Amino acid sequence: MTPLEDTASTPVTAADPALVRVLDADGAFAPTPAAEPYLDLVASLSDADFEIFYRDMAVIRAFDQQATNLQRQGQLALWPPSYGQEAAQVGSVHAARTQDHLFPSYREHVVTRVRGVDPIDIIRLMRGLTHGGWNPFDPKNGNTHIYTLVLGAQTLHGTGFGMGLVFDGRCGTGDPERDEAVIVYYGDGASSQGDVHEAMVFANSYQTPEVFFLQNNQWAISVPVATQSRSPLHRRGAGYGMPSIPIDGNDVIASWAVTRRALDEARAGHGPRAIEALTYRLGAHTTSDDPTKYRTGDEEESWRRRDPIARMKTFLLGRGASEAFFADVEAEAAAVADDVRTRTNALGGLERGDMFAHVYSEPHPLVDEQRRWLDDYEASFEGGAS
Amino acid sequence: MPFSRAINAGLRAAMTASDRVLLMGEDIGKLGGVFRVTEGLQAEFGDRRVLDTPLAESGIVGTAIGLAMAGFRPVIEIQFDGFVFPAFDQITTQLAKMTNRHEGALSMPVVIRIPYGGHIGAVEHHQESPEAYFTHTAGLRVVSPSTPNDGYWMIQDAIASNDPVIFLEPKAKYWMKGEVDTAARAIDLHASRVVRRGTDVTLVGHGAMVTTLLQAAALAESEGTSCEVIDLRSLSPVDYAPILDSVRRTGRMVYAQEAPGFTSVGSEVAATVMERAFYALEAPVLRVSGFDVPFPPAKLEGAYLPDADRILEAVDRALAY
Repeated sequence: MTPLEDTASTPVTAADPALVRVLDADGAFAPTPAAEPYLDLVASLSDADFEIFYRDMAVIRAFDQQATNLQRQGQLALWPPSYGQEAAQVGSVHAARTQDHLFPSYREHVVTRVRGVDPIDIIRLMRGLTHGGWNPFDPKNGNTHIYTLVLGAQTLHGTGFGMGLVFDGRCGTGDPERDEAVIVYYGDGASSQGDVHEAMVFANSYQTPEVFFLQNNQWAISVPVATQSRSPLHRRGAGYGMPSIPIDGNDVIASWAVTRRALDEARAGHGPRAIEALTYRLGAHTTSDDPTKYRTGDEEESWRRRDPIARMKTFLLGRGASEAFFADVEAEAAAVADDVRTRTNALGGLERGDMFAHVYSEPHPLVDEQRRWLDDYEASFEGGAS
Repeated sequence: MPFSRAINAGLRAAMTASDRVLLMGEDIGKLGGVFRVTEGLQAEFGDRRVLDTPLAESGIVGTAIGLAMAGFRPVIEIQFDGFVFPAFDQITTQLAKMTNRHEGALSMPVVIRIPYGGHIGAVEHHQESPEAYFTHTAGLRVVSPSTPNDGYWMIQDAIASNDPVIFLEPKAKYWMKGEVDTAARAIDLHASRVVRRGTDVTLVGHGAMVTTLLQAAALAESEGTSCEVIDLRSLSPVDYAPILDSVRRTGRMVYAQEAPGFTSVGSEVAATVMERAFYALEAPVLRVSGFDVPFPPAKLEGAYLPDADRILEAVDRALAY
């Protein structure tokens, strides 16, 4: 057996003494020692906050499953499910403040919806109607940037944006309600990309107000995280000179508290932070792969028992949440999923001239000429048919 | 004024005009860049406007994209042509496509300055001609000044562009002196220009090769052949009007470049001229280029780079049809 075939030892385990977890796998309030410094923040959360966390996770799971179905029915070219990663995303995105800027990868369906992006915009991307889908600077999209399919590339864009915040004095003034920060999402596979390394170098050199939020979902398509790293990924942060904290990514409360503190420290001028959220994608990498070919049912089942939504439901029930609340969430989730199906089926096509639009910001003779040529060419057939 | 000082003056003018313009690159601050193009600018504008970045080309381009999103107009220096490839992904898959992916909601005013080409006897990866990689990518604009006056004005025009511009600086010309008219703006960034009038053969090229074309034209004249010389200036988009006008008068054209010939800028220009001016041509459009081999060790660059003699050989072939 070569070292890389020995993948039984997941680099990070729940036994890591640095792991921050507030809720255990059964939904009981059982903070790890590493969670102690965050309990004051946790205490500031109300039952209403917890219910929002639960609602967002459950509603997006329904959307995600609907989108997976739509792909199976040929309505989408591809779908990367977020199934299983809801807690890492909901916690971190609610930790961001309105003025913060978010740079997702391509699986952050939960993040984008919470910030206000219409899920149909993600559908448009996966249906082949756009290469982006929304304007990050439109206020309704909550400073949420478009998806980036090239792994890790967006970590540099987020870092550059953070450099701009530093240069413009838009952080570090001491006013957390006004100071801006950046959160950039990427995965365990992307952590092997050189761009992530360069982003961390630049972020620390320029002390950007930035949180690197790594969702370690254990698998880069079919390759286990042990092939990406033989040491826990969160330990890499120290090498760049920034605090780096592992969290139970299936614990929405831990995700919220650690991200909130990291973002606030970053926005206050203390430089970038890294978080490694230990989670698991219960679904496929995308609808193009078959997880049964590369991982065991036992492994999936062990993570199913740590399902972030079931865990939060148990916690809420223990705090006296009503059945009516859960019924209401279920109804909303079903309505959102139905709405997405209806609107997907109603999506129109593209005009052939659309491919020439926005290639450049300013007029470009070659593109303009080819657009005119295609118009004339098509018109010659239409003329002949009449 | 030397070409390198002219670009320096153009950068200073752009930075003075807008405090959103900032320079990024390796060794461009205190040192002023290995070719001293940015000399003195950090002392004048500070280290927040002229950044000595970490040594990471993809990082430089990728963070410049983020800075552009935050409202800046970054001007990047890639230290040498052969070092641009670690940043190739960020340039071609990210920078070039950002405006398109955002459906026009944002623009990418980023300039990437690349010293390129041969003639200086440098070592491995320090003299290459990567222009075709960039002209092949939609979303990028690619230009190459060949005179100090163009260096001064074209860098300002590139910075003013809301699209990403690959700004190729022929390093062989950094020490070439010429008049710079800081009062009169040069022609449009994407215009080609007739630099010598002639009636028998049209010679077209870009960057350092323009000087070689002028040498060839002078030699041809002594043998009784009149060559028109056109500086392409903009490699993408190409301004064909002066070229087609010339070819319709001369009936013959030779394109000269340092880059390998296969699928090159010269290939594209030659093909387009043959499509649009076929009946005016007395001979096929000929290309004189570097060979389709890796840029050779410096001791062989004289045999690799087109010189006036190789251009004249092509002129003779064109005239023989």
